[in-house]
Amino acid sequence: MAWFPAALAGRAASLLFLLAIWEAAAWFAHSRLFPGAGAVLATLVDEAVHGDLLHHLGATLARVSVAFALAMALGTAIGLAMGHSRAVDTLLDSWVVLLLNLPALVIAVLLYIWLGLTEAAAVGAVTLSKLPSVVVTLREGARTLDHDLADMAKSFHLGVWRTLRHVTLPQLSPFFLVASRTGLALIWKIVLVVELLGRPDGIGYAIQVFFQLFDVRRLIAYALAFVAVVLAVEWGVLQPLERRLARWRR
Amino acid sequence: MAPVTIGVSIEIYEKTYRGRAGARPVTALRNLSACVAPSEFCVITGPSGCGKTTLLNIIAGLDRDFTGALSFEPSDGGAPRIGYVFQSPRLLPWRTVRENIALVLARNADRAELEGLLTDVEVADVADAYPAQLSGGMARRAALARAFAIAPDLLLMDEPFLSLDAAAADRLRSLLLRLVSTRPATVLFVTHDLAEAVELADRILVLSPAPGRVVADMPIALARTQRRDRDTLAALRAELARLGGHPTEPCSLNGACVGSAIP
Repeated sequence: MAWFPAALAGRAASLLFLLAIWEAAAWFAHSRLFPGAGAVLATLVDEAVHGDLLHHLGATLARVSVAFALAMALGTAIGLAMGHSRAVDTLLDSWVVLLLNLPALVIAVLLYIWLGLTEAAAVGAVTLSKLPSVVVTLREGARTLDHDLADMAKSFHLGVWRTLRHVTLPQLSPFFLVASRTGLALIWKIVLVVELLGRPDGIGYAIQVFFQLFDVRRLIAYALAFVAVVLAVEWGVLQPLERRLARWRR
Repeated sequence: MAPVTIGVSIEIYEKTYRGRAGARPVTALRNLSACVAPSEFCVITGPSGCGKTTLLNIIAGLDRDFTGALSFEPSDGGAPRIGYVFQSPRLLPWRTVRENIALVLARNADRAELEGLLTDVEVADVADAYPAQLSGGMARRAALARAFAIAPDLLLMDEPFLSLDAAAADRLRSLLLRLVSTRPATVLFVTHDLAEAVELADRILVLSPAPGRVVADMPIALARTQRRDRDTLAALRAELARLGGHPTEPCSLNGACVGSAIP
């Protein structure tokens, strides 16, 4: 469970090194369009305190959370059904492949046309873009489920709920983690595109505004704020969760 | 709880594995009938692939795809409590030994009783360990404890001591006999090993090669002290060979039911 101080120090040194390269490059470039690390970080703090950063960040995070939860829940249910039943798999497999290869941009534009520039269209587009990869991952998970353990659960009459919770889901946890991790990275990229196209707030909207103003300092500051949140989720939630789920492994 | 055990009567006309499309169907059991009395320790033996595991799965209710009938006596309306010890321990790797056993108990079960059982089966010391940390013998003890934890009327055991070294298997057999004497249950025990069968059984049922049916039904009325005698074993082996025509190999320790019989 512990944070290994050595690993932490190494990670901090690596980040500092990156900042140093950035600062040096900006100093050489000496342009308004390539601000240094210090200037961007100052802007970030200033925007958080006086500007609209937290408002936009909150809007984006809300969309990410809802879309993530929807995609994971629906994708898990569909993936398990497909892994479990050959008929369902035959029915849905080509749909999943189609959706998997449909660009997120196309999904977003179509939904905005059909549903108007609404929150439902935005969140729906992000969910639909993420859904197929969750389905495919969890379907693989369902196919690896251990029949012997299922028989054990059945012979001891564990019942549907306890079997799901204690026998089935723990076997799926690695697949769930993979889907979450790749999902978060994917969703937050798609959500910005969707916001840029048709929402009046969120990081994606802000980036569009800064693009029009050629305000690179704010543009990078807003992007960094979001990256910081994603890293916090990765280190603060996903990695501890992964260690907890894997504690029984030798 | 009252030590009520149950008898089983089994009448299987046919059990066939149809297999995936294109595969040849395989009949595992045909015209198998047997009656096991309450509290009897019945050992089922027979050549590899003769459907012994299939038979246990049918009795456990895991396999309902067969023609025939299965009944438990006395049937007091409720389903019989069946404890199943599989060939491999089948413990959940993400739960400790104690958690594995507690999982099969009712939510309001007596925790003190569980601790007593852990002590009786000699896994109390490793109760907080995960299955991956256990030796083969310890994992099998845990599986045994899990089956006894539900106070079974009927205990199904599918070569539970396979792949243990002789000394460990010996200790587990003694443990099993102790447990059955203090916690009565009807036992159906599958094994390849005639010496093991004779050591444990009140009665031995011998199955034919697939499709399996009962070809010999032999009560073992020997005192415990006689059961490990070499000459007695040889005589029994000869007798079983005469009855069944297919003596069980004494030491065939490969996994049961390999080959073509069970897909």
